[in-house]
Amino acid sequence: MKNILIKNARVIDPKNQFDEITDVYISSRKIAGIGTAPENFNAQQTIEADKLWLIPGIVDLSARLREPGLEQKADIETETCAAASAGITTLCIPPDTDPVIDEPAVVELILRKAKLAKKSHVFTLGALTAKLKGERLSEMASLKDAGCVGVSNARNAINNPLILRRAFEYASTHNITVFIEPHDKHLSEGGCAHEGAIASRLGLNAIPYAAETAPIAQILELIRDTDIRVHFGRLSCARSIELINEAKACGLKVSADVAAHQLHLTEMDISSFNSQYHVIPPLRTQRDMEALRQGLAQGIISSICSDHQPHEIDAKLAPFPATEPGMSSIETLLPLTLKLVESGDLNLNTAIASITCNPARILGLNTGHLALGQAANLCLIDPEKEWTFSTDTMLSHGKNTAFSGWNFRGKVIKTLLEGRCIYSNE
Amino acid sequence: MDALIQRAHGCARAVICVHLHFLLKGGYKVVNKPTRRTDDIIGKDLWNIQLDDNGQLKHFLTIEGLGTNILNQILDTAESFAGVNESVKKVPLLRGKTIVNLFFEASTRTRTTFELAAKRLSADVLNMNISASATSKGETLLDTLRNLEAMQTDMFVVRHADSGTAHFIANHVAPHIRVLNAGDGRHAHPTQAMLDMFTIRRNKGADFGKLRVAIVGDIMHSRVARSQIHALNTLNTGEVRVVGPKTLIPKDIESMGVNVFHNLTDGIKDADVVIMLRLQKERMQGALLPSEQEYFQLYGLTEERFALAKPDAIVMHPGPINRGVEIESSVADGDRSVILDQVTYGIAVRMAVMSMTLGGNVGSNEAANHQETK
Repeated sequence: MKNILIKNARVIDPKNQFDEITDVYISSRKIAGIGTAPENFNAQQTIEADKLWLIPGIVDLSARLREPGLEQKADIETETCAAASAGITTLCIPPDTDPVIDEPAVVELILRKAKLAKKSHVFTLGALTAKLKGERLSEMASLKDAGCVGVSNARNAINNPLILRRAFEYASTHNITVFIEPHDKHLSEGGCAHEGAIASRLGLNAIPYAAETAPIAQILELIRDTDIRVHFGRLSCARSIELINEAKACGLKVSADVAAHQLHLTEMDISSFNSQYHVIPPLRTQRDMEALRQGLAQGIISSICSDHQPHEIDAKLAPFPATEPGMSSIETLLPLTLKLVESGDLNLNTAIASITCNPARILGLNTGHLALGQAANLCLIDPEKEWTFSTDTMLSHGKNTAFSGWNFRGKVIKTLLEGRCIYSNE
Repeated sequence: MDALIQRAHGCARAVICVHLHFLLKGGYKVVNKPTRRTDDIIGKDLWNIQLDDNGQLKHFLTIEGLGTNILNQILDTAESFAGVNESVKKVPLLRGKTIVNLFFEASTRTRTTFELAAKRLSADVLNMNISASATSKGETLLDTLRNLEAMQTDMFVVRHADSGTAHFIANHVAPHIRVLNAGDGRHAHPTQAMLDMFTIRRNKGADFGKLRVAIVGDIMHSRVARSQIHALNTLNTGEVRVVGPKTLIPKDIESMGVNVFHNLTDGIKDADVVIMLRLQKERMQGALLPSEQEYFQLYGLTEERFALAKPDAIVMHPGPINRGVEIESSVADGDRSVILDQVTYGIAVRMAVMSMTLGGNVGSNEAANHQETK
């Protein structure tokens, strides 16, 4: 492998509390030096990085690549290409593929495809219960051996609290983190919008706050006095953040993330029945959006993920309630995160941490930072570059975004995966 | 009076909140994205898609966003057609036009009045009843549309179980085609609301400002109620009330400019107009109500309760009526019931909306002239 020298970049590494303009030396796919060249270093490639930022490769906690099962929407190759263009080098797939990730063979299939695509380190969550049905436990130990970094029932709620409790205990036995997308099936039945003035006006079936907060409260009670690690993903309500904060104060090992679009959009956005804003959990109020931003700034929510859900065009071409929820959002994760720095809601260090070392820690992966000897997963950003996001230039196979036409500042120039350039925009 | 003031405050607050929200969001994003964004949020699609460049009605999808002038124009035009209905039954305004009644939800009554309205305007009418199961996905809905478009139709009258369907169709049809919403999910049923306004105007005069209107029953699932609320408020009605148990009142409905009552006797006290809504039997299943008996006991309109309204109050119902569930027979058939008038006026109002959207410049005057020359 080539020896690469990245010159004069502003190296931002929140985990190691490093933020300086310096040179980075890459050798044998690893970071061989920061500031000082390793012995006998002979650069075969030099990247001039004046005025650019160098951050760890981005880690995305939740991206649905649609393979296997829904290849008409997207596949591992197209979506990891899109991820690379957005500075992402590590991503995690929830288990609700078809077939469900509840046996090692499915894990192997996904990992093999990802390896062939060579664009990203792909990890999977295993199913918490067989077929995600909430009835029998999955073979969590085998799934862990096959490479799953956690277990989850995705958006399929487990209705029986006894099964839920046992699933937690079994996961804990094998030291596996449980990932929860809190979502009560009955409280949100048929719903497609936040229960509030807009849904009432538009006559849309509503999803109340309790559809998210009741399961969180239930789970927090179930895991009291245990040492289970639980991660709550895709939060949307102000009250959820209070619950997580209280649980942390009690010493529970809980963490939380939020989807980037929840930090920028509210229920008002659906008022023209635009199906691109149809997401689950639904876009909530301005107050909730501000609470989510604050929760991030205060560290109660530690990560921002893309919650990437690419769709084929037809999936969104119907009356609002009949469309499929979700947004193709892998390419807007970094821009939407940087926008929070621009608006003063987050400082740069927290923003970068929330998409690099924090999600890596939740996944139990030694990545998302730039220490010596680390794999050279890197992202070079031009922080001043102003650009307009557009469906025309999206690489994801799903063009279902609500952000087409938004202007952003800060664009990915290069992405390196283990020292290999997987994306370059020059 | 307090209630009136309270409502006015409620209205103003809602408006201010909405504007404030846009300002905040706009203000925050203005730096990066100047105009387009705000249009998206306000829902240009939703409110302006109905009007052409001259501010004339192009589609009729929802009352929301239409001005008092348009609503009055509809009522005036309907007034002239009401005469047509009585004497000469047919006018040639839409001769050569093809109107398709596209009903994805079963309905005989509404479809019939649309059909009659179209025929009295001399249009050709095609009835399409498409069961929801045949079009569970949007692509087939669009396919259906494309096929009908190819038959050179001029107007779709659409009823569908999903809120927002009429907007979706209006957004996707060829530019010359007009769309008329005959009910979309729980969202809107604007022609029903306009025939109700027409009925109120005929009985109570054109000054809605002095009126207190109570809408009673299942507000949650009612597209009729939502459209009525918008229409009443656009026509500056003194007070609009909604009455029902908490399970049937949608959240934050006050923001639409209504006062909420959970008790019928309080809710209809001194009302000028009482609108009873139909109670669907399936509401007992979803644990929204315990039984029809208890509902009638608490929210059924009896002679005794109706006596609490103004002595000259009228009672309305969009039909079909569940006698003994939401209303007592003697009230439904009584002197102050205008329920059958509503049905009659429905044809005139639908003729008005069809002629205004499809007839280009056809206004109330022209329609009136037709009547005179006959």
